[in-house]
Amino acid sequence: MDNAIATHPHEHAEHHEHVALPQHRHHFETEQQQREAGSFGMWLFLLTEIMFFGGMFFAYLLYRNWYNPAFVAASNQLNVKEGAINTVILIASGFFMALGVWAAEVRKQKLLVIFLVLTTIFGFAFLGVKADEYHEKYEKHHIPGASFDIREFVNPPIDAKTGQPDQKPMSPDMAQKTQLFFFLYFAMTGMHAFHMILGLGILFWLIWRANRGEFSAGYVAPIENFGLYWHFVDIVWLFLFPLLYLINRHPLK
Amino acid sequence: MSATTHHTIVNLPDQSTAELPKRNYLNNEHGLLSWLLTGDHKRIGILYLISITFFFFLGGAFAGLIRLELLTPQPDLVASDTYNKFFTMHGLIMIFLFLVPSVPATIGNFLIPIMIGAKDLAFPKINLLSWYLYLGGALFTLIALVQGGVDTGWTFTTPLSTHYLNTHVITAATGVFIVGFSSIFTGLNFIVTIHRMRAPGMTWFRMPLFVWSNYAASILMVLGTPVLAITIVLVALERTLGIGVFDPTKGGDPLLFQHLFWFYSHPAVYIMILPGMGVISEVISTFSRKRVFGYTAVAFSSVAIALFGFFVWAHHMFIMGVSNYSALVFSLLTMLVAVPSAIKVFNWAFTLQKGSITFETPMLYAFAFIGLFTIGGLTGVFLGSLGMDIHLTETYFIVAHFHYVMVGGMLMAFLAGIHFWWPKMTGRMYPESVSKLSAVVSFIGFNLTFMPQFILGYLGMPRRYHAYPAEYQVLNVLSTAGATVLGVGFLMPLIYLAWSLKYGAIAGNNPWQATGLEWQIQSPPLTENFIEVPIVDHEAYDYEWLEHKTANEVTTVG
Amino acid sequence: MHISPVMWQFLVKWLHSSALFPAEASTIAPWTDALYFFLLAMTVVGLVLVGALIFGFSVMYRKEKSPVATQIEGSTLLEATWTIIPLAIFLVTFVWGALLYFRIYNPPTNAMNIYIVGKQWMWKAEHPGGQHEINALHVPIGRPVQLTMISQDVFHSFSIPDFRVKREVIPGRYSTVWFQATEAGTYHLFCTQYCGTAHSAMIGEITAMSPEDYTKWTQQSTSGMSLAQNGERLYAAMGCNACHNGSAAARGPNLAGVYGSKLQLTNGSQVLVNDAYLRDAILNPSQHITAGYAPIMPTYQGQISEEGLIDLVEFIKNLDSNYRVKQTLVTAESDQAAPSTPQPIAPQQGPGANTGMVKQ
Repeated sequence: MDNAIATHPHEHAEHHEHVALPQHRHHFETEQQQREAGSFGMWLFLLTEIMFFGGMFFAYLLYRNWYNPAFVAASNQLNVKEGAINTVILIASGFFMALGVWAAEVRKQKLLVIFLVLTTIFGFAFLGVKADEYHEKYEKHHIPGASFDIREFVNPPIDAKTGQPDQKPMSPDMAQKTQLFFFLYFAMTGMHAFHMILGLGILFWLIWRANRGEFSAGYVAPIENFGLYWHFVDIVWLFLFPLLYLINRHPLK
Repeated sequence: MSATTHHTIVNLPDQSTAELPKRNYLNNEHGLLSWLLTGDHKRIGILYLISITFFFFLGGAFAGLIRLELLTPQPDLVASDTYNKFFTMHGLIMIFLFLVPSVPATIGNFLIPIMIGAKDLAFPKINLLSWYLYLGGALFTLIALVQGGVDTGWTFTTPLSTHYLNTHVITAATGVFIVGFSSIFTGLNFIVTIHRMRAPGMTWFRMPLFVWSNYAASILMVLGTPVLAITIVLVALERTLGIGVFDPTKGGDPLLFQHLFWFYSHPAVYIMILPGMGVISEVISTFSRKRVFGYTAVAFSSVAIALFGFFVWAHHMFIMGVSNYSALVFSLLTMLVAVPSAIKVFNWAFTLQKGSITFETPMLYAFAFIGLFTIGGLTGVFLGSLGMDIHLTETYFIVAHFHYVMVGGMLMAFLAGIHFWWPKMTGRMYPESVSKLSAVVSFIGFNLTFMPQFILGYLGMPRRYHAYPAEYQVLNVLSTAGATVLGVGFLMPLIYLAWSLKYGAIAGNNPWQATGLEWQIQSPPLTENFIEVPIVDHEAYDYEWLEHKTANEVTTVG
Repeated sequence: MHISPVMWQFLVKWLHSSALFPAEASTIAPWTDALYFFLLAMTVVGLVLVGALIFGFSVMYRKEKSPVATQIEGSTLLEATWTIIPLAIFLVTFVWGALLYFRIYNPPTNAMNIYIVGKQWMWKAEHPGGQHEINALHVPIGRPVQLTMISQDVFHSFSIPDFRVKREVIPGRYSTVWFQATEAGTYHLFCTQYCGTAHSAMIGEITAMSPEDYTKWTQQSTSGMSLAQNGERLYAAMGCNACHNGSAAARGPNLAGVYGSKLQLTNGSQVLVNDAYLRDAILNPSQHITAGYAPIMPTYQGQISEEGLIDLVEFIKNLDSNYRVKQTLVTAESDQAAPSTPQPIAPQQGPGANTGMVKQ
C-alpha cells in the first residue's frame, strides 16, 4: 500500500489540447491544475517515504555510534563490488526512466515503450544482484537469527599471503553487535528492494498502457509521477550504498 | 417542523418554506455499490462517520468495562490479563480508529472541499482507498480482539511487547500499521487540495479556520505517521525474528523505541485536537454572529502548534533517564507549545464580545470544549514542568489530563461539529431541546468521571492498575458513576440523530445564517457541490457580506 | 521560598486527613506540593478567568440584549497580553519545575545506597549490609537514601507517592533516585509502568523507621553476608581474580580504589568509574578497555544475574586495597567446587525473620 499513489496515477491526468481528454477529471477546473495537484501529491508522498526510511537511518546512526568496531567489521563483510555494480545498474535504470519521461512528453510511443522496458530490465538486474548478495550472506551465516555466526569476527580467517588474520579479531561481546548491523542492513536494503518490486509491478502496467498508446496524446502524468517515485528509490540507494558499504571501508591495500 | 426548533433558531429566512432538494449527493446514485465505490468526498465522509461511530461505541464499551472493574479495589470482575486487554483495546480503538480520523476524516472530508470552493478532494480514489485502509486496519484490530485480544497497552512498549507477551501483538500491530496509511493519505489529500484546489479569490487568509486547523493536522499526519509505521515494523520484526534493535540483552536500546514511538505519538495528540479547534472557531463565530477575534493569530497558532508539536516528544520520557539537558530543552519547548493553545482560548472568548449570541446545541458543546480544554491544557503544564512530572506521570493524573483534552476537548468538538453540520449533511435538523439536554448530561458526566481522577493521580494511583489500595475506592466509585452518566450523554445523540434522519425538520440551505461557502449551497449538497465555481470576494466570517447577500436574494425573489 | 509553616501544616494535614491528598513524608514532598499548589492556583485562576469571560459575554451580548453584532477584527494589544502573560507564567513553571527536577534526581553525596532489582512482578531490594527484601523496603528517616535500580526484564517504574519520587527502572542500565524520609510509617510502593499481567500486583511497602529502629532492623534481618562479601565469593568463583589480582604483572587492571576515579580508555576517552560503568565493563568489556591493557576479557553477558552484578559492583566499590583480592586467591583452591555460573547466594535466615525477607 506504500505506493498507492503510484498505483492510481491516471488520476493526475494532464494534456495540452483544448479538447477535454477522458483522463481529465471533472473536479479539476483545468488540466494544469490537475497536473500540478498530481505531482504535488507525489512529492508529498515521497516526503512521507523519507520519514519512513528516516526511522531506520536514525537507528543505524545511533548504533553505528555505539558499536563502531562491530559496524566497521560487519560493513567490511559486504560485497562492495556487487554493491558498486548495483549502483551503476540502478543509475542506468533511472537514466532510462528519465528518457522515458522525455519520450512521453514528445509523444514518441515506440521510444517510450523501449525506455520503459529498459528501465524494467535494469530494475530486475538490480534485484538479481541483490539476491546474489543475500545468498552470499546466507552462506556466510550473516543473516540475523538462530543461524547467525560470529566466529568469523572473533577468529578471522588467516590470509594465505601474509599469514596474518585478514582483519583484527574482535571480542565476542562486540562481535555480537555485528548482528545489529546485519539486521539493519537487511531491514534497509530489504525495504528498498520491496519498493523496487512494487515499482517493477507498476512498470509492467505502465508498459502495457504505453503500448496501447495511452501516453502518446499529451497525457503523461502517470509516467512523470512514476518517474519521481523511481528516482526516489534510486536516491535511497545512493544513501544506502555509502552508508552501509563504503563508510567503514579500509583503504584498499 | 417541530416547535422547539422554531423557538431557538433565529434568522431563518428560508426555513419555513424549505424543502429537501430533489437532487443531492445522497440520492444521486442508488444501491450499496454506489456507496462502496464512490469517489464523492461527502459520501466517503459519511462512510467514515458510520465506521468511526461503531468503533467509538466499541471502545466506549471497553471503557465501561474498565470502570466497572474499578468499582471495587479487588480484582474481582475479570482476570488481570483480561483487564489488561480491556484497556489496550480501549486505547487502540479510541486513538487509532476513533480520535485520529474523527473530525478530519468525517467532517473534514465532507467540508474542506466545499469550504474552499472545490468540487472534490484532489484524489477521490485515494480518499476512498484510505477508507478501505481504515476498514482493513480495523479488521485486523477486530481479528486480534476475536482471537483473544492483545495486552501491550496502546503504546506497544518494548521489550514487553516484543519478548514478554504471547498475545496477538503482530495482528494488532498490523492493524495500526494499515490504519496509519489511511491517515497519511487523508492528510496528503487535504494538503494537496488546500494548496491547489481553492476557488478563485479564496486566498489563504480568506479560508475558514477549520481549513487552517485541518491543514496543520495534515502536516503532522504526513510527517509523523510514517515514523510510527516503521517503528511498528521494527517491533514486529523484533518479535518474530528476535533481532535485537530494541532488546538490551542484544545491545539494542529500548529507549530508541520510546523516541521513535513518541516522535509520532506526541504529534498524534495534535492530529487529534487541532481539527477539533477548527470546529470550535466555526461554531463560536456562527452563534455570536461575529468574526473570529484575531483571525490571523488563530490561524498561525494552529501552524505553530503543528511545528512545535514535532519537538516535544521526549516529554513523555522525563523519568526514563533522558539526559538532564535534553529534559530541560524538551520541557521548555513543551511550555512554548502551550502558548498557542492559550492564545486560541482567549481569542474564542473574545469572539463573543459584542456579538449577538444564541445558545444552540453546537454552541453548548463549544462552551464545554473551551472549559474542559482549558483544564486539560493547563494540567498539561503540570506535566510539562519537570519536577512536577516526576510525581504525576504514569498516574491517574495523566489519564485525567489526556481525557480532558481528548474527550473533553476533541469529542466535545466532534459533537459540536456533528450537530452544527448535521443540517448540511442530511438536510434535516436535529431535535434541539433533547440535544441540549444531552450536551449538559455529557458535560456533567464527563466532569464527574474525570475530575476525581486528578485527585487519584496526585494521591499516586498508577494508571493501568487492575487492583488498587482500598483508600482510593470512594473516588473510583465517583468516577464510575460519572462514566455511567457520560455513557448516557453519548448514547442520546446516537438515538435522536438517527431519529432526525426521517423526522427532523427540513433544514434549508443556511439554518444558522453562517458565512461559510458550505452554507451558501443547498442542503444536502449536490454531488458536484457547486453549480458553478464560486468566486470569493470576501473574508471568512464576513457577516456584513452575508447580510448584503441575503437582502439581495429577498429582492430578487420579491 | 518561605511558607508559613502553620498554614502549610494546616492545609496539608487537613487535605490528607480527608483522603484527598497524599502524606508528606519526605523532604522533597513539601517542595513538590508547593509547585503543585502554584500550578493548581494557575489552573483555577485561568479557568475562572475564561469562565467569567464566556459567562459574562454570554449574558451581556446574548441575542435578546444585543440583536446586532459589532464586527471587530482583533486587537494586537489584547492578543499580545494573552500571549505574554501565559508565556511568562509557563516560563516560571518551567524554571521552578527544572529546579525541583534537579533536586529530586541529584542525590547528595552522603546518601546511603540501596540496590533495587525489578522483575515481573516483584521488587527486590538489596541492602549493602546483605539484607534482602521482596516488595518491601526499610529505610531510616532523616537520612538521604539513594536507590540504584535496574530491571531484569521489561520497563518498570519505582514510585513512592508519599515521598513524591518516581523513576523508571530500565532493563540494561542503572537508574537512580533518592529521597529522605521525614516521618516514620509505612507507605505505598507502586510499579507505575505497565509491565504485563500482574502489573497492579507489583506493589510493596516502604517502611520508614527511626534510626534506632532501623539499626535494630538491619541487625535482625541480615543474611550474614554483606553484598560485598557475596561479591568477593563471586569474584573468586567466576575467576575474576585470575587477571584482576592487583599485581604489577596482572593481565587485568588493578581494581583497588578504582571506583570514583577517572580512567583513560584505549579508545582515548576518559570515563568516571561508577556503578553503571562497572556493570557495563563486566558485560561489554571490549568497549571499556583501560589504556595499556589487551582486549582479552570475555563477556559475562548471560552468565551472571543482576543481583550477582550488584554484588560484584559493591565488592569493587569497597575495594580499598588488594588485600581481599589476595585472600580470594588463597582461598580459591577451596572454592574450586563453586559453580561457574553462580546463583545469587542464598541468605541465611536471620533470627526474628522480617516479613519482607527474601526466602530464596
